[in-house]
Amino acid sequence: MKHKVAVTVNGRKHEHEVEPRLLLVHHLRDNLGLTGTHIGCDTSQCGACTILVDGKAVKSCTMFAVQAEGKSLTTIEGMAKDGELHPIQQAFWDEHGLQCGYCTPGFIMAAAYLLSQNPNPTEDEIRRGLEGNLCRCTGYVNIIKAVKSAAQTMSTAPARKTTVAAGGN
Amino acid sequence: MIPAAFEYARASSVDEASKLLNKFGEDAKVLAGGHSLIPLMRLRLAQPAALVDINGIKDLDQIKESGGKLHVGALARHVAIHGSSVVNEKLPLLAEIAGEVGDNQVRNMGTMGGVIAHADAAGDYPTLALMLDADVVTNRRTIPARDFFKDLFTTALGPDEIVTEVVFPVANGPHKYVKFRRRLFDWAIVGVAAQKMNGGWRIGLTNVGPTPVRATAVEKALHDGAKAEEAAQHASDGLDPAGDLRASPEYKKHLARVLTKRAVLQASGQAEGKQ
Repeated sequence: MKHKVAVTVNGRKHEHEVEPRLLLVHHLRDNLGLTGTHIGCDTSQCGACTILVDGKAVKSCTMFAVQAEGKSLTTIEGMAKDGELHPIQQAFWDEHGLQCGYCTPGFIMAAAYLLSQNPNPTEDEIRRGLEGNLCRCTGYVNIIKAVKSAAQTMSTAPARKTTVAAGGN
Repeated sequence: MIPAAFEYARASSVDEASKLLNKFGEDAKVLAGGHSLIPLMRLRLAQPAALVDINGIKDLDQIKESGGKLHVGALARHVAIHGSSVVNEKLPLLAEIAGEVGDNQVRNMGTMGGVIAHADAAGDYPTLALMLDADVVTNRRTIPARDFFKDLFTTALGPDEIVTEVVFPVANGPHKYVKFRRRLFDWAIVGVAAQKMNGGWRIGLTNVGPTPVRATAVEKALHDGAKAEEAAQHASDGLDPAGDLRASPEYKKHLARVLTKRAVLQASGQAEGKQ
């Protein structure tokens, strides 16, 4: 039997009838067309599918869509505003916190949660805060740098104010 | 993988959840944090006929001290337990353990009741519950932890019985949980918890058998005045752990002894830590 699921994703309301076994990540990707949230493993370990559910980082592959009823979700598509990258996105660009980019949306959402809880984390706190996300390319060094740099930008600049890199080249 | 199809219902009270479990029959499962159940369903190692979602039940996530005991509601998430001022004051070992479960994303979802009811041999809370003589409270009765964990993934819970809270004693003396694992977010290969309480030590072992183990021989040796390293030699007394991908039975027994020594020394504030 199908169930109604009404969710607010990146500020927009969506209502669908879904099978209970539909994973939230599949709902986002297949029903809502939000393919920025990736699926990297089948074991709840890699964190590529991380999104915010009512502000908390969650692996959307380990939640059924029906569990999201009435909740407010933020995916990677909801981070940039008015054509400007979110400071965390900008920092990943500036610090080259990625290589293939597959894990990046998950890292950015996990970092967003981390910085919401701890706006000025130490390197150790960043490493611990991102322990639920795997990157198979970078060795994490530039990811850590990116989160550190984003924390600085976000603490000094007014909320969400960021400039597009003077040529991201 | 996509889980097998199942019926789904939300419960708004414990009573309603119990009735739904009854209605769906014994192949129904309770859905709390889902972070053990959903991975098993995706691998189709679990194919419940129905899930009863208890996440909407109010007040089941409360954490409070009452009558000199620490009451942790079944839906209290690891993140809340870790950050709770009451837990940090009354049973800081539990706060420490909660902060070592999985990763941030897992801790945002996983629950006390889920870990207790799932009864994974590598679960951390069952060890603490057993060694501290905690009580598991359900919608029907109160079950002492020593009677609750029956076997691997097997508890004293009846088919329509639901854990509502776990009641721990207050203990805020020296304590340590040493969780040995390859990566931060992993389950324990072996874990050892040490808590000083009422003048004696309580020592609990994780993942060295189908259920958690209380290392009474170590507790007795410490009580009789043995040094930590001598007492810790008894940590593997009577153990018969199953080997797994990460550790042979012999290695797990070795870890039980070494980690027990570390846990007691670190709890006592002695420098012999990571080596």
